[in-house]
Amino acid sequence: MTYDAVIVGAGHNGLVTACYLARAGMKVCVVEKNDWIGGAAVSRELYPGFTYSNCSYVSSLFRPEIMRDLELSKHGLQILPYEGGAVFQQGGGYLGMFRDHDANRREFARHSRRDAEAYDIYARDILRFCRFIRPMLMRTPPDPSSFRPRDLAELMWLARQMGALSEGQRAEMVRFWTMSISDYLDEYFESPVIKGYLAVSAIIGTALGPMSPGSAYVLLHHYMGDVDGNVGAWGFARGGMGAITRALTASLQAAGGEVRTGSGVDRIAVRDGRATGVVLANGDEIAGRRVISNMDVKRTFLKHVEEKELPGDFVRRVKAFKIRGSSGKLNIALDAAPVFPALPEGAPMIRGDLHFTDSIERMERGYDDWKAGHYSRDPFQDVMIPTMIDPTMTPPGKHFMSCFVQYAPPKIEGRAWTDADRDGFRDTCLNQIESYSPGFKDRVLHVEVRTPRELEAEVGLTEGNIFQGELTFDQLLFNRPVPGYAQYRSPIRDLWMCGSSTHPGGGVMGAPGRNAAAEVLREAKLKPTMSDAYAVL
Amino acid sequence: MTNLTHFRTPLRHTPFHPRTASANRLNRWGPWAGCMTSLCYGDVDMEYTAIRNAASVYDLCPMVKYRVTGPDAADYLNRLMIRNAAKLPVGGVHYTAWCDDDGKLLDDGTLFRHGPEDYLICCQERHLPWLLDSAQGFDVQVAEITEEIAALSLQGPCSASVLAAAGLDVSALKPFRMARFPFAGGEITISRTGFTGDLGYELWMTPDQALPFWDHLFAAGAPWGIRPIGTDALDLARIEAGFIITNMDFVPAHQALREDRPRSPLEMGLGWMIDWEKGNFTGRRALLAEKAQGSEWALVGLDVPGNVSAEGSILYHDKKHEAGFVTAAAWSPALKASVAIAQVKARHAGGDNLWVEIYALRELQYVKLMLPVRVVERPFYNPARRRAMPPERV
Ligand SMILES: Cc1cc2nc3c(=O)[nH]c(=O)nc-3n(C[C@H](O)[C@H](O)[C@H](O)COP(=O)(O)OP(=O)(O)OC[C@H]3O[C@@H](n4cnc5c(N)ncnc54)[C@H](O)[C@@H]3O)c2cc1C
Repeated sequence: MTYDAVIVGAGHNGLVTACYLARAGMKVCVVEKNDWIGGAAVSRELYPGFTYSNCSYVSSLFRPEIMRDLELSKHGLQILPYEGGAVFQQGGGYLGMFRDHDANRREFARHSRRDAEAYDIYARDILRFCRFIRPMLMRTPPDPSSFRPRDLAELMWLARQMGALSEGQRAEMVRFWTMSISDYLDEYFESPVIKGYLAVSAIIGTALGPMSPGSAYVLLHHYMGDVDGNVGAWGFARGGMGAITRALTASLQAAGGEVRTGSGVDRIAVRDGRATGVVLANGDEIAGRRVISNMDVKRTFLKHVEEKELPGDFVRRVKAFKIRGSSGKLNIALDAAPVFPALPEGAPMIRGDLHFTDSIERMERGYDDWKAGHYSRDPFQDVMIPTMIDPTMTPPGKHFMSCFVQYAPPKIEGRAWTDADRDGFRDTCLNQIESYSPGFKDRVLHVEVRTPRELEAEVGLTEGNIFQGELTFDQLLFNRPVPGYAQYRSPIRDLWMCGSSTHPGGGVMGAPGRNAAAEVLREAKLKPTMSDAYAVL
Repeated sequence: MTNLTHFRTPLRHTPFHPRTASANRLNRWGPWAGCMTSLCYGDVDMEYTAIRNAASVYDLCPMVKYRVTGPDAADYLNRLMIRNAAKLPVGGVHYTAWCDDDGKLLDDGTLFRHGPEDYLICCQERHLPWLLDSAQGFDVQVAEITEEIAALSLQGPCSASVLAAAGLDVSALKPFRMARFPFAGGEITISRTGFTGDLGYELWMTPDQALPFWDHLFAAGAPWGIRPIGTDALDLARIEAGFIITNMDFVPAHQALREDRPRSPLEMGLGWMIDWEKGNFTGRRALLAEKAQGSEWALVGLDVPGNVSAEGSILYHDKKHEAGFVTAAAWSPALKASVAIAQVKARHAGGDNLWVEIYALRELQYVKLMLPVRVVERPFYNPARRRAMPPERV
């Protein structure tokens, strides 16, 4: 039989695309190389009784319009907001973050009265940028070199968005897109620990340091989501991030779609310049009227399509696409909750994110190691204990700890990671936590360590880049993944892209998958049932 | 001279007040049935999340309670209420409502049958004169016992686990059943009931058991993140569950100033409760006539596009003619959808060409939205764990 669409990869974007297509009446099949689904939104039980969020661990970007369209609530998805966080300072102090505005202001004032009041202005300015960028997430970028009516209309729309801003705001926007987060924060704040905390979102998943130009935009990418209208807030998926892809799979199956796991695509079949299906590693062939790749752009075109089928310029651009890995992760099963003596008794911060990097300088030193081809000797870690809120991931009283780590390079001093490197990376991270939480290591039952090597091998993320390509300005909007191919199409007819390599980029957001489905359906002259983007209130 | 000091403390403190007061970080209180109740303890989002994710505790003491006893208790309640109280088994609970002679709602509530001749009515409004007058000719006693019972509502997917940790094994308790359990040398009653549309229990005790029980419950529930919740969070959950509240979604006939305000059970989506076969009951004749002629109003659940809550909005047919009004609305965190409960003229109950006009507040300025709505089933949110047997253990 011939499917209307074969989707390569059961990452959340592939599943989102598949769901929309199936709901519009297409016969779809999702093919996943692993025995499990989810890509980087995955939850596996690697230690008995403990469910991990093996890659992504918090949700904010995932568009509520998609959750609603695809009835993910009915299929079991629940997003849980979490409470604030803390940065531990060398020397025993801390900076706390609270959901309560007044508590937060008073906490910031302990560090700087000026910064406490500046924070509101800063938050307003960032929210302005969010309001600008949000409507673009759920639209196909226009092709600036095309004269087709739709492209012209979309370009006009973009121009109107810009035109609606004052001259001052336009200048601010351009500055913000091109600045380093360090310079940007210096314009508002004086306290090193407050700046150290706020800079975090600018480096997550990025091979940039906080002092690199362009890092400010990355911050915006992490702020433009929301949890139930709280812009910039993050939450957990109940049951781990895999709950998102589990709910998507259930929604897909309810709409008649299929998912095949356990054997990956070896080759995308191309005949007369058109994609006609896929050939799996186990030899199976699956025919499809179109093939939609959820893999990153490099993997799709450099590994699974024969180069002779592609224009040379396209291949050159794909090769040049920046996809450098910068992150690693530790997933830890804990016998008991860790204790952080710096925190006051009963403080809610333990239910939020915990950091040890108390200044931008320290963060930048970590990046220096990455540039030299080594993982950071004093890494930045985003430590979270989802089980402080989510009761479903471990037995009561036990905990799952997720540690997102920067920086970790794709290669160690130019050569591949070895097991010894990986163990060294692990110990560096564990020791850092232990130094703020004595006795922590004694509570560790199991650790899953993921360096860019494991991320590439398991999830298929080239070079271990968590966003399927860096979120720098040269690789965004109509330049993502490469100029001329931002509309989810490729040089090969009927071969499409729907992963995070495409606009608007990485994170568990679903927007690339949704936009790709919209384009596929438009071309097939089918009407999608899709909500328009919600307003930012 | 008397020792009267009511005017200094017009709102009664419930037996849990020492605990709820110390937990109420924001001092955000509101009156409910003459009691001081927490609207929010500190963070409405986290309190709501406790209902859907873990275990939440709501102080239920202000609920008005009447005990009905005597050989004619079942007959009396069957005359009074629209549902069949005689069919309610001992140890059972049901949701019910009662009307005036015109078939207009006076209140809705839960009825607990503690013994063959022993019932408890739990409701929102006060009805003693009506209940006593209706008792004429029946061998029953009706007593207002609101202050003799202290009650907590424990709701959330971990509630059965928390009770088990507290030494109260409720795994055999089916939805709408209750049982007695030993506690600290005495007993408490637990019913598998609630107002959240989730797994949950209501815990009934005497006022002197209140504080020791609270402490015991919170100690046992700590590993599951048990949390006291205020009315704001509960209201959000009840909207998701599609439940109505007297004086919020309809005006009880005994309080209505305007004659067109009262609504019948048929008009409020409670027609399914009416037992037409059980013999005469108050309002029966009027309700039969309404059934034959058709109702004027209908209660509907609405799905509203976008992310703006439609609270207090007016509904239009074809964007032009008024068709009804929203009585409760919210952005539902569970559904990621904007939902509303509304009264509409019965001919619009199908929802065809129905629009809602929302005034959305954007930095001190209202923006007018006219959005097409869809009539959808209530409950909006209906997780399987609500009814699962045995109850989910987390
Ligand atoms: C460690 C880590 C932490 C992160 N933390 C967060 C976070 O907290 N919050 C957040 O929002 N985002 C986070 N991200 C980013 C986010 O998870 C990703 O951007 C997103 O999940 C990518 O989704 P996708 O569907 O585009 O692609 P992927 O998830 O990469 O899916 C691609 C799929 O294709 C499959 N595949 C690959 N090759 C083949 C083949 N040959 N045949 C068949 N199938 C194949 C893969 O196995 C995979 O399932 C994190 C990512 C990582 C790695």
